[in-house]
Amino acid sequence: MNAETRPTVRLVRSSVGALAAMKGVFARDMKVAFRQRQDLLNPLLFFIMVVTLFPLGVSPEVSFLQEAGAGILWVAALLSVLLSLDHLFRHDFDDGTLEQLVLQPQPLFLLILAKTMAHWMLTGLPLVLLTPILGVMVHLDGNSIAVLCLTLLIGTPVLSFIGAIGAALTLGLRSAGVLLSLLIIPLYIPVLIFGTGTVAAAAEGAPVGAYLALMGAFLVLAATLAPFAAAAALRISLSNG
Amino acid sequence: MWRIFHKLGSPKWFFGIAARFMPWLLAGGLLLLMAGIIWGLAFAPEDYLQGNSYRIIFIHVPSAFMAQSVYIMMACAAVVTLVWRMKLADVFVKAVAPVGLVLTFLALFTGAVWGKPTWGTWWIWDARLTSMLILLFLYGGVIALDRAINDEKSAARAVAVLVLVGVVNIPIIKYSVEWWNTLHQPATFKLTEKPSMPAEMWVPLLLSVLGLYLIFGWLACVRMQAEILVRERRTRWVKTFVTTGKV
Repeated sequence: MNAETRPTVRLVRSSVGALAAMKGVFARDMKVAFRQRQDLLNPLLFFIMVVTLFPLGVSPEVSFLQEAGAGILWVAALLSVLLSLDHLFRHDFDDGTLEQLVLQPQPLFLLILAKTMAHWMLTGLPLVLLTPILGVMVHLDGNSIAVLCLTLLIGTPVLSFIGAIGAALTLGLRSAGVLLSLLIIPLYIPVLIFGTGTVAAAAEGAPVGAYLALMGAFLVLAATLAPFAAAAALRISLSNG
Repeated sequence: MWRIFHKLGSPKWFFGIAARFMPWLLAGGLLLLMAGIIWGLAFAPEDYLQGNSYRIIFIHVPSAFMAQSVYIMMACAAVVTLVWRMKLADVFVKAVAPVGLVLTFLALFTGAVWGKPTWGTWWIWDARLTSMLILLFLYGGVIALDRAINDEKSAARAVAVLVLVGVVNIPIIKYSVEWWNTLHQPATFKLTEKPSMPAEMWVPLLLSVLGLYLIFGWLACVRMQAEILVRERRTRWVKTFVTTGKV
């Protein structure tokens, strides 16, 4: 890939503060992504296609879709995030940008935090924005769709943060894709359970505040701890080569 | 104390020590396990509600208990690997992960066999069962990651990070029966309370848990010795051991 599509990070001066460095990494990741728009579109198309499989493969009955719709959308979003995780570090690893990031004087976990946030903006957020349309297609009612969007809004960043650990661990390995899924899906299960549990509670008319608070706690925990684990894993993977 | 700590870092020293302890671990473990299981299966009183089918707990509880203990031990070893880079800790994680996998499977399997007559179903998506299934996946992930990385040192540290991340599941398993209203009953043993069943039932159960602990210790030693021999195959002491049988 040429230098034109992949701008480098320019942070070498140690006088750049950690926050400025995070901004730099974030802006660069956004720029790279928007220069390869197809990569942005692929997880979204995948999301739509997986959701399409269920009415066609299981049952197009309205009653079934109303009951299972939230779960289908959650599983599809989860798989779509999982599929996009490969991009999080792979290209930067291939062209050496990642090594430059590790060498920066700013703490690595902050730079990874910025990278993961950029990843969520590029994959998780579009999924949330697409959810209302697909929600209508699986016959969810308005209230359920709103709660579903809210859970995905809180839940997809958690998926990105946990996924960053797996992506960092499997960087540069053979068959990294399958391995990444094996490592990460067990850790995704609790998020999925609470995400769909919230929508189920909302559908029954029960208050969802407690569920959302718990998901918020997941998010805080993942955002504070996962970057450390991902940074440690990244250093291991880089020393591997 | 520091001398022991330094010695623990030496695979050769461990190899010798393990060889000395192993017969005792095996003998003690077999004795306790046999005593616990025979007592439990043949002599313990019948349950007034479940009849004889409850007797599977003498296998189910020890294996479920060990499946979680092994993961906690692995997590402790993972910390040692990351902080002190001790070779033996990593050998331990690599050696016991498959044992943990088998124990978790055994716990799930015996649970299913017991669930059929008691709950009327082999499997139910209950919090405790699901979190044990996640534990099974975690063990599988640890083994898969270890096999995928060729470089020994990177594999050790990467696996250590993964094991530590997976620790979040252990409190979920432990408290799943208390946090959620589930079909699975609460913990059989608690340190702070008297067991809720008669002594003729819990004493054999305790014996088999202890027995399985010792057997696990023996198994860990065997597997660690094998792993040490492979890793140190180019050193002189392994060559003399292989040819003369002396450490």
